[in-house]
Order: sequence, then C-alpha cells, then structure tokens
Amino acid sequence: MKKWEEIKRDITENQVWKAIFRHGYEDTPRNRVLMVTANVWLHLHPAKVRRHGVRMRFTWCMGGLTFLMFLVTVVTGIYLMFYYRPVAEYAYADMKYLEFDMPFGMLMRNMHRWSAHTMVVFVWLHMFRVFLTGSYKPPREFNWIVGVLLLVLTLLLSFTGYLLPWDQLSIWAVTVGSNMARATPLLGHEGPFADLVGANPIYDARAFLFGGGEIGPHTLLRFYILHCIFIPMVASLLMAIHFWRIRRDSFSGPPL
Amino acid sequence: MAGIAQEKRKSPVVDDKVHTWPHLVRVEFLVGIFVMLVLILWSLLVDAPLEEPANPTRTPNPSKAPWYFLGLQEMLVYFDPWHAGVVLPSLIIVGLMMIPFIDINPKGNGYYTFKERKYEILTFFFGFHVLWVSMIIIGTFFRGPGWNLFWPWQHWDPHKVVALTNVDLPYVLGFRDYFWSSVCGGVVVFGYFVVSLAAFYLWILRVKGKDFLERWGMVRFLITALLFVTMLSLPAKMFLRLAFNVKYVWVTPWFNI
Ligand code: HEM
Repeated sequence: MKKWEEIKRDITENQVWKAIFRHGYEDTPRNRVLMVTANVWLHLHPAKVRRHGVRMRFTWCMGGLTFLMFLVTVVTGIYLMFYYRPVAEYAYADMKYLEFDMPFGMLMRNMHRWSAHTMVVFVWLHMFRVFLTGSYKPPREFNWIVGVLLLVLTLLLSFTGYLLPWDQLSIWAVTVGSNMARATPLLGHEGPFADLVGANPIYDARAFLFGGGEIGPHTLLRFYILHCIFIPMVASLLMAIHFWRIRRDSFSGPPL
Repeated sequence: MAGIAQEKRKSPVVDDKVHTWPHLVRVEFLVGIFVMLVLILWSLLVDAPLEEPANPTRTPNPSKAPWYFLGLQEMLVYFDPWHAGVVLPSLIIVGLMMIPFIDINPKGNGYYTFKERKYEILTFFFGFHVLWVSMIIIGTFFRGPGWNLFWPWQHWDPHKVVALTNVDLPYVLGFRDYFWSSVCGGVVVFGYFVVSLAAFYLWILRVKGKDFLERWGMVRFLITALLFVTMLSLPAKMFLRLAFNVKYVWVTPWFNI
C-alpha cells in the first residue's frame, strides 16, 4: 500500500504531469460544478439537474443517443468521403474498393449504415417519449417544432444517402421514393392542376430534385451534396438551437 | 433571513437537484458506451447491402422505398400519389407541429400519466403505432412482386394473379353517367367531412364538456377536427377497398380520391 502511494506520487508530482493536468481532482461541490461549466462539451448541461432527469426511465436517453448516432455517422461518413466519388462511372466501383481494399472500409460503411438506421428509430422513440411526458407543452412548444424539423431532416439525410452506393437497391428505392414528387399538386407534371402552371417532365418538382427529367449522374451529385453538406449543416444548426432551447426553457419534469 | 428560512420550511419539497457531474454524465457515458459496443458488434457481424450496379433499364419487382418510407408507399395502395405521397405527408408534418398548440390540457407536463390525458395519448398511439408503424411492417414484410400481399415465409411468385375487380364508389352506388358520378363522389367526400366533424364535435362535447369547448375555441377545434378526420380517412378508405373493392370515392377530370 505504501509502495502504491509512492508510485502514484511519482507519476503525478512531476513537472510533465503538472504541465498537462495542473492539479488533481478534488471531489468538492465547487469542482463538480466546474467539471460541467468549464468543459466545452459538458457545458451544454446545467450544473445541476433535478433528480428525475437523471433517471433513464424518464428520457430513455433517446435524445442523447440520437445525437450520438448522428456523431457516429459524421465521423464514419468523413472516412467514407475520402474514398468515394459521386460520379456515376466511379461511385459503384468506389464502394467495392472501399469494401475490399480499404482498411476498416467495410466496418466504417456498416457503422455508417446501421447508425443511420438506428438514428431514425431513436428519433421516433425520442418523439414518442417527449409526447408521453407532455414535454411539448408550454413553454416548450417551439422546441417541439424544431424537433419535428429535425425528424424530417433525419429522414431526408437517410434518404439522400440511400442513393449514393449507386446499386440497384439504391436507384430504385430512390426512384420509388421520389416519384411522388412528380404528383405534387400544381408543381409535379402528373399532379392535379399541373397544366395550370405548365409543369412538365423536365421542369417540375421531381426534375428539380433530380437535376433532370430522370434519375441519373446529375441526381447522384445533387444527392451527394445534399447528403454530405447541405442537410448536415441545416441539421447541425437546428440541433444547436434544440439544445440551447432545452436549457432556456428548462428541462421538463414533475411539478414541484 | 428568518423569513427565507420560514419560506423554505413551508414549501413541501427540499432541493431535489443533484450534480450533473457525476450523476448525469455517468449515466450518459455508460449508455453511450453500451450503444457503441452494440453498434460495433452489429457492424462486424452484418454487412450493409450492396447489390448489382445501378441499371435504369432493369426495374426490380417489387421496388421498395427505404423502410422508413414504406408507410407512405403502403398508403399509395389506397390513394393516388398526389394525396398519399404529398398531401398526407405534409399534413403529418404540419399536424405534428400543431400538437403543442391544439393541446391545451395543462396537466401531464413533465411526467408520465395516462389518466390525465387519455384521449391525447390514444390519438397519438393510433396515428403513430397503429397507422404509421403497422403500415411500415406490412410494407416491409408482407409485400412482394406487384405489391401483392405475401406472407413472410411464402414464396414470392411474380406471376401471382390477383383479380382487378376494383370499381369506383359511385359505380357501386348505381351511377353510370360521368358527370353525376363525379357529383356523387363530391357529395360523399364532403358528406364524410361534414358528418364526421359533427360527430367529432358531439364526441368532444360528451367526453370533455361545454366548458372545455369554450376554452378550446373555434380555431383549435377546427384544426384538430380536420386533422383527426383526415387521419381517420385512411382506415376508412382501407375498409372500403378491402371490404368492397372500392378504387376511388371521387373521380374528377383533375384528381381522384
Ligand atoms: C436529430 C434529432 C434530435 C436530437 C439529436 C434531439 C436531442 C435532444 C436531447 C439530447 C434532448 C434532451 C432530453 C432527452 O434526451 O430526451 C432533447 C429534448 C427535447 N426534444 Fe429532441 N432531439 C431530436 C429530435 C426531436 C424531435 C423529433 C422532437 C419532437 C417532435 C423533439 C422534441 C424535444 C423536446 C420538446 C425536448 C425537451 C424535452 C423536455 O424538456 O423534457 N426532439 N432532444
């Protein structure tokens, strides 16, 4: 025991250690607060939370886990972006290359895919939890709206990513999913009242989404940019607002 | 000073707060690690699908949208694309955003309760679990070639013959003339909305009382009623289709419902 204390002191009481960690952690109320407020990641939390808010059975951890899944897709997605070219001639070959030649390529792809699906499930469960606890009631109405937008963006993120492997599964799933756009009232060429606005197959809502009358190389680039840049940016912005508002509106809980 | 102390003694709750560090961070950390482990294990064991290269000239049968959109694709069986694919999804999104504004029940804010908000929870449950989730399950596991129904263990026979006996509702009701069929369909659709709005009003009056309706106000009532009745139109149409092979209720030169 004596020996152990000595080793510990040797490690922590020298210039290098002190240069990095400054001082030890003393478990005082003040330090507990500082751990949260002085940490760039943790300061999203309040310094203290009501007891029920800590319990998993209240939040099911679903909001936080949705965010975790988002982070996983960001990290693995960046890895995939190094090897993937959104060009019809290359995209599929790059997928094969990624699966068979890249170190951890298959693992990264799988994690990207499965965490994206999990995120969709988690965001639904999160919404369900927020509904059940009535946490959308005043003063949190606005955060519920931000949440609904995040839900839509989560689905769109998954959907735009679905096209990128450029295999049979992806183009046909996206074709089926996007065909509805051509039936948009007024704006789609097969929709009601399309002739009033002059929508036609190469100039309507679906053509805008596809970047042309049919799904093709232009669609791939469009979906790639939506998937990797546009939607993640908007979603990050909304998440920032979402988290900010949770603090501002105070976290919901049983009345005192 | 003494005043504050007295205040404190009077209020029934003491400070029920705990430090975020370590109490909350600990839970988040452990749950995060657990979920990451499961995810990594899953990713090691199951590979993401990659089929043959894209070929725009070879349409697979069935072509399925990603699973989370299969609820929408399933609705396409019962409604035309402009309705099932555009109008209804938009209404779902708008309807979800409306929830905090049409639900004026102050109870059940921040805790689980079924008793205090029975109807709210049942409605959400009906829309989310019964309609949305079960449609996804049907679309994922029970639809095969030609979007025909198959049991999950059944062989997908692409030549399965399904009699196309669907007819429009006005035809069933005996209308043969195009113009009068259209009028009949319009009357049925409008009639559906008028009758069910009235029914909804009476129902609210019975279960919630007059006081509630007054506090709720006309605008909230109408928005809620329209959303609710539109939601019910999906099972209504499903029933008409499955029981009476009704294709459209209302046929017009511009759109069909
Ligand atoms: C990308 C999607 C989303 C992320 C990352 C996210 C994240 C979070 C987190 C971390 C919390 C803290 C409490 C908890 O974990 O439950 C939270 C709370 C909340 N979320 Fe979300 N959320 C998302 C989507 C949604 C959706 C779809 C809705 C509703 C339609 C929603 C509505 C709310 C509300 C109202 C709160 C406050 C809850 C309270 O005070 O009890 N969020 N969100």
